[in-house]
This record gives sequence, structure tokens and C-alpha cells, in this order.
Amino acid sequence: MKTLIRVGIVSYGAYVPMYRLKAAEVNRMWNTSGEPVEEKAVVALDEDTITIAVECARQAVKRSGVNPAQIGAVYVGTESKPYAVKPSGTIVAEVIGATPSVSTADYEFACKAGTEAMQTCISLVGSGMQKYAMGIGADTAQGKPADALEYTAACGGAAFLIGPAEESIAELEASYSFVTDTPDFWRRPKEMYPRHGNRFTGEPAYFKHITGAGKALLAETGYKSTDFKWAVFHQPNAKFPINVAKMLGFSMDQINPGLISPVVGNTYAGSSPLGLAATLDVADPGDRIFMVSYGSGSGSDAFVWKVREPIKNRRGGPKVKSYVDRKRYVDYATYLRHRGQIIA
Amino acid sequence: MSVPRYWREEKSRYRLMGEECIKCSAKYYPKTPVCDCGSTEFKPYKLAETGRVQSWTVIRNAPLGYERFTPYVVALIELDDGVHILSQVVDVEPEAVKTGIKVEYAFRKVTEDGQAGLLQYGYKFRPVVE
Amino acid sequence: MRKVAVAGIGFTKVGEPWERNIKELFAEAALGALKDAAHTEIDQLYVANMMGAHLQGQIGMGAMMAEAIGRPGLPAVRIEAGQASGGVAFNEGVKSVASGLSDWVLVGGVEKMSDLLPESVTTALVGVEDQEYTAYTGVTKTGLSAILHRLYSHEYGATPEEIGWFAARSHDNAVGVAHAQYAFKLSIERVMTSPMEADPIRMMECAAVADGAAAILLGPAEKETTGIEVAASTVATDHLSLASRKHPLILEAVKKAAAKAYEIAKVKPKDIDVLEVTDDTTIDGVLSLEDLGFAEKGRGAKMVAQGATARTGEIPTNNFGGLKARGNPIGATGLYQIAETVIQLRGKAGANQIPDAKIGLAQSMAGVGSTCSVSILRRV
Repeated sequence: MKTLIRVGIVSYGAYVPMYRLKAAEVNRMWNTSGEPVEEKAVVALDEDTITIAVECARQAVKRSGVNPAQIGAVYVGTESKPYAVKPSGTIVAEVIGATPSVSTADYEFACKAGTEAMQTCISLVGSGMQKYAMGIGADTAQGKPADALEYTAACGGAAFLIGPAEESIAELEASYSFVTDTPDFWRRPKEMYPRHGNRFTGEPAYFKHITGAGKALLAETGYKSTDFKWAVFHQPNAKFPINVAKMLGFSMDQINPGLISPVVGNTYAGSSPLGLAATLDVADPGDRIFMVSYGSGSGSDAFVWKVREPIKNRRGGPKVKSYVDRKRYVDYATYLRHRGQIIA
Repeated sequence: MSVPRYWREEKSRYRLMGEECIKCSAKYYPKTPVCDCGSTEFKPYKLAETGRVQSWTVIRNAPLGYERFTPYVVALIELDDGVHILSQVVDVEPEAVKTGIKVEYAFRKVTEDGQAGLLQYGYKFRPVVE
Repeated sequence: MRKVAVAGIGFTKVGEPWERNIKELFAEAALGALKDAAHTEIDQLYVANMMGAHLQGQIGMGAMMAEAIGRPGLPAVRIEAGQASGGVAFNEGVKSVASGLSDWVLVGGVEKMSDLLPESVTTALVGVEDQEYTAYTGVTKTGLSAILHRLYSHEYGATPEEIGWFAARSHDNAVGVAHAQYAFKLSIERVMTSPMEADPIRMMECAAVADGAAAILLGPAEKETTGIEVAASTVATDHLSLASRKHPLILEAVKKAAAKAYEIAKVKPKDIDVLEVTDDTTIDGVLSLEDLGFAEKGRGAKMVAQGATARTGEIPTNNFGGLKARGNPIGATGLYQIAETVIQLRGKAGANQIPDAKIGLAQSMAGVGSTCSVSILRRV
């Protein structure tokens, strides 16, 4: 897909909360021995998807130098909405000062809700409807006790202010969305925790859609994996993104800066967005970035970004690494308290 | 839990927007109808988002609505523009708070009206993340 | 303006009288004051109460208490000024008599805090602060005092133990006091090893939940021969929030009310023989002592620790136990202070008597000093 007006990322913001639960602590609790990631990020008692989205959005606005009143859209993608009905986006828009001349809604598409939000913002700016539009992916994913996903269901997010390519730090060359009805993971409204198809979430779901979107976009653009300096893939654990990178011909060096799941966990709608933010934190003008998200249900959004000169002056304040390195470990009981899983 | 009361203070709490007296330049947070100098003319004033802890306490026996968060720190903060503010300080162990530590604005959940009621968000402060 | 005298006093034992409601408590104090004055006429009733709306869901206490004391029809109103309600109601009563609009004015205060759980009482107490920006932070009244406590130590080098002495000294004076909530000594060790309430203030530095009622009958000095005159009664306010104050450790409302009172009564701090100050926490007592003029700013804690406010010290303070030991049934507290001052001036304090007490000062204060009343009484 290409836009009529050339667009790009004008600025970005990211956030990871400071508490961590080690896989070893999960193992201590359940007498198990898994380690899909080393540790995962856990919200403070007073954080949720909205506060995370706001943190990301505020940083993006600050770095952009743009008058927030000119931001014409705020779309938040998440599967852990604090309100089932009431948009997170209105609160984000109000905090950053984008109201009242703004469009907003919350998106759900499991872990690719954030990139869906970005696709919408790309189309708003690319069609000329808005000059600036912000797409955010953020989650405080719910992990069922003793389930395999408890090791990885984590909290975090990133925000991207989309605007004119000539003002951007990374121009969008093309994007592609690849979606099928593949029920690998879902949550019914009154259920606290999602259900998943275990091994079914691998080949027919994650790998099929990422390689589907990835190969299609490579074909459309004519690029090979070696044309890219960096690559970012959805990171539900430490292994999957490494495997899918290999399948598409990308190297460890290319995915390393964006691969933070081993120490942050799977931030769901924040996952590939945070990976992109971490990559932008170290990228140089001229670098090309290949990005493919994945959301259960299922689908992938693929993007080609070309980093531009302005990036050098728009990375002020804490980087993703600052948030990753800012940490305090909690024990399992404290983790439950923080996640509101203690009945009291 | 009053929806209008929460909504009325949103911009002020979300954006740390106070006001400045046009006549004598005194800064107010929150805004006030009449300045100590007698003037009723004000212009919007955005508070600095960073400052230092002047003094603090640790709340262990909380008022209604805040029990879930104990123990938590409430501090008197001197912002970098000279305005003072009372606020919780989060993302730090109570024992680690010291006079003079640098803090910055953080948008957080303040309280919630049970399982079904309104979520109240607003400003808190946290040690600066570099 | 004519001179006002105290004709009679009455009060209940401070504690947790579970079977008695606010009307019964109020009536006991009110009838006690009338009996003490050997007088039956009342022209005006003031009812001091802070949290009746929260604690009992009861408003309109003016008319309620007029009925409760058998006087339906009496002009009556509830006076609320936070924790200073008692002292401020007293001020209203004094103005009523001084102006000539009323002859005999009954000022009674009541509070029944034990009706609700501690967290509800905590919430009600912080009601005197700005709800949208102070109570909003989740701070409590004790928490605000704790912020001052720490700032005081930081600024002046006073140790937490020196500040903690205020509680021990108040308790010393409660021994043998029939109406006191906690009529026993409290050692400084016990104070300083009690659990943290709101760091750095410890539990034993704070007055507890209490129920009680106290009443004062006022009349024109020309008609009243008991010889206890109101030499001055003043009220002052201050910015509510510590964040709005230029010097948080200076309680401007206390300074203002005190300065005006000293001017009207034509006395200085050194002329005061007996003193009742607000020690709902130790640091409130210390700061009050300083801003009333009895200690230099920053020296109050050391003074108290060294015995200046003890019975044998330069300024005997909280002579029946103060808020900490006699107790602090909020709306009534200011009136307990005045009643106790009257007892001292009458020479009827028994083992608690400060010899030759002629002039007494009582200070009632709301929040961390947003309202303060100062009453100076004189034996003539």
C-alpha cells in the first residue's frame, strides 16, 4: 500500500513500567521450569493502559515540537482497555492538548492493534485529511496464573506521530496488511483471561501471517532482506522473532536493537511498536527498517521505514533502554497485587 | 464520586494548568477566583513539570478510595518555576525518598469508584528518568 | 462593646460512650454549664461541630440541640470551622454578648467520632482541605502535619524525639483528670517506639478518635459576678494549602489571631499563666507554641523537651492533658480548652492547679492552620 501524500514518523515516544517479574519467580511459584523470556514488565499499582498511552504520547509530542492542537487524530490500540466502553483515546487527546478538533477511537486486534492504529493514522495523513495523527500501541496484558503465557504477558507501549514525510524522522515507503480468520487466541467479554491454541499459535498463526505480510511487502517493494539495516518483528517471547527473522532472511544483527522481549516480555499491542522505538533510538539517517507486527485472530501489518536526517535531533529524553534499565523486581504475591488479581 | 467535579478539573490536573494574575504576576495552582492582590484578571499559566522534593510523608492509613495504594508518599514539591505543589511521589520506595531529589510529572490513576464506577486520573510525580 | 464574662462551664468525660448519641452528650454538657452557672435563661445557642454530616449524616444541629436541651424556638445555629469549630463558636458567642444583641449565650460543642470506621473518620478530617487538589493526593490531616514535622527537623535540627516530647508532657498532666480520655503518663520511649502513623509522625504522637461535648455559658460582665472575663476572642484564617504558603513552618493564622488577641487584651505572652494549645499531633503543638509567641521559631521542640511547658516550667501548657491525653472530640475540643482554662482561673484545678493562675490563653486550630481562634480569659 502506498499513500497519495508521502508520510512518515515525525516523532515517537515509548514507555515501560519499572517493576519486573522473573521467569524464575514464576517457576518458584508453580514448581515449573520454563523460560520463554528472562523477565517481564509489570505496572505499578496506579498504572494502566491509559497511563502508559499518555506517557508515550506526551514524549512523542514533546520531541516533535508540534503544536498539539494540530494533531488531528489519536488512535489507541490495546486489548486491555481500562473501560470496555469509553475510549482511552479521549483521555490521551485531552492530556496532550489535541482536543477538541481531533478524531479518536480505540482499536482491538490483539497484539497488532497498535500497528492498526498506525495504519489508520498513515491513511489520514496520506489522504490529506489530517496533517498530524498519532497511533499508539499499549497494553497491560492479562496473564492467567499457571498458564504458559503468564511468563510473558507484560506491560508497555509506544506512540508514533505520523505527519508529512518532509518533516519526518522516518519516511513510510510502503505498508501491507495480511489478515485471515485464524482463531489462535481470544477472550470472551466476561472472561478475565484469554484462551490460546498453544502450539496452534505458532505455524498457522504467528509464522504464517508474519511471513505472509513480510513476503508480500518485499515483493511489492522489490526489496531483499539485505536492503535493510534493521528489522523489527512482533515479539511474544525470545525465540519466535529470531525464528521468523531467519525465515525471512534477516540476521541477528538486524533484529538485535529492537529485540527487547527477553527483558520486557510481550507487551502485546506495544510489542512491535516498542521494538520499532528501540530501533529508532539507535538508527542513523539513511537506514531502512523492516517492521512486521502480528495480532492473534489473525493478522500482520508490515512497514518499510526509511530513516531521515531529522532523527538526530528528535530523540531527547529517556530512550527505551532507560526504561528497560529502570527496574525493581517483585515477588509473585506483589505481582498479583499489582495486577489486581488478589480478591480483597 | 461526582462526574462533574472530576470533569471540571481535567485540564488543570492533566496539563498542570494554573493561572497567573495579570496585575501582580502571582501564580496560582489551582486557579482561584480572586488574586490576593484583589484582581480578578488572570491568564493561563502552565506549571513547570520538574522540581525537587521539599518535604514528604508516607501515608499508611489512607482515606477512603486510596487504601489500595498504601504505603504511598505525599510530598511538598518546589517546581523549577518556583511554584509549590502537593503531590504523590511514585516509582520509588518510601525509604529511598530524600529531601531535594529531582522529580517530574507523571500521569497516573488516582482512584477508582469500585468495579463499575469512574476511573480518576491525574498528576503525580516520580523521580526523573534520564 | 460591653465586657463578656464566663458564667458557667460543663463537659462530658471524653471517651467512647457507645450507648449515648450526640443529643445526649450535648445536653449533658449544656445542662452542666447552666447548673454550674446556677442560671436558666438562654437567648442564643451556638453549636460547634465539624463532622456531624459525615459521622452521623446529621446537619441542622442548631435547631436539633435547641430541642435537645428543652428549648425549641431558641435562636440557634451550628458553627463549623473545621477543627477550630469550638473556638470559633466561642468567638461568635462573645460577639453576640459584646454587641448587646444577646445577654445569655450558650456555646456548646459536640463530636461523636466513634460512630464510623477509622478510614471514614480520616476522610472526614481531611474535609477541611481543598478536596480537589489536597485531599485529591490521598494525604491525611496527620500526613500534612508530618510534612511539616520533617521540614521542621530539616530546617531547625530538632530531633523527632524532641518533637515527640510534646505528647509525653501532655500525658503527664492528664494523670488524675476525671474527664480525660487517657488519664495516664506516656513515656517518651513508648511514644518513640510506637508504629509510624504517617512518617515521620508516630501513632502515640497523635490524638485518638474521641467522643465528647463541652459547653460554656456567656453573659454580660456587668450582670455576671463569677469574675472570669473574656479579655479577647479572635479568629484568623490562612491559605488552605501548604503549597500556597510562603513559609510553611509559620502558621500565619495563629500569629494573626494571637497578635490581635494580645493587643485587645493588652497582654504579652509572658503575662499568660496557663496555656491550652492544639496538639492533635506533636508538631502542631510545637508550631502553635512558637507562633503564639512562647518560643522562637525552631526552638519550640527543644523547649518542650527540656520542660518549659511542664507544670513547673515557664509556660504551663495543656494542663489537663491537651488534645492528646484529655482527648480531641473535634468540634467540642476548643470549648474543653476554654472550660479547663476557667477551672484554672477559678483556682479549682486541684492537683492540676497552676498556682495563682490569673490569665489564660486557649488556641483552637483547623487543619494545618487554615483557621485559628485565640481566646484570652482573665480573672478579675
